[in-house]
Amino acid sequence: MLRLPTDVYEQMVAHCLAGLPEEGCGLLAAPPGTADVVVCYPTGNVEASARLYRVDPLQHLKADQDAEARDLEIVGVFHSHTHTEAYPSPTDVAQAPDPGWHYVLVSLKEPEPVVRSFRIVDGEVTEEPVAVGGG
Amino acid sequence: MPVDVRLPTVLRQHAGGMASVKANGTTLAEVFDDLVRQFPGLAGQVVTDNGTLHKFVNVYVNDDDVRYLDKLETKVSDDDVVSILPAVAGGALATN
Repeated sequence: MLRLPTDVYEQMVAHCLAGLPEEGCGLLAAPPGTADVVVCYPTGNVEASARLYRVDPLQHLKADQDAEARDLEIVGVFHSHTHTEAYPSPTDVAQAPDPGWHYVLVSLKEPEPVVRSFRIVDGEVTEEPVAVGGG
Repeated sequence: MPVDVRLPTVLRQHAGGMASVKANGTTLAEVFDDLVRQFPGLAGQVVTDNGTLHKFVNVYVNDDDVRYLDKLETKVSDDDVVSILPAVAGGALATN
């Protein structure tokens, strides 16, 4: 289960909405070995596309350094699907960089954003529950 | 001339679980050669068989992306920090 404090959840969704019409993206940090997200790092999408995303590499480095300084580590990535469901696309699965990560999708297809989280291991997608609250 | 090399979580299994390791070299190519000598499991993970940087990773010397420096020929010196991070990308469009 992925735990997202309310402020992280809101920050993530707000960043995706602000990025429209392009896909929005960012990174999530938690204490090592946990799925208890503490910090959200909104990042630029260097693809600047409504159909693709690529986390700005320098912002990724800065997020990674900041997380390390706080004894956290990057445990996942979020990105929006502007016109499709909150489910990993073939591109998302093919390019998933780390089997230990949590892949959070924010669908903006409907008026109310839909947030779901997945594990992607060897091309196999498994949904996991998301608990929002606290923080 | 040892530099610190920060490894992404996905590669740590090939380096005894360590997040950061020391490696020697005056260029990035030499540093990665030394890294593979120490940890053979890292072969092919950062540098391709053709001797170019893998497109699925981003490599930085201190705060600079080496693709905008001299790539694998980028010079390094004592106390430099080399960071390896996965390229994080995807999207709703199917690209083959």
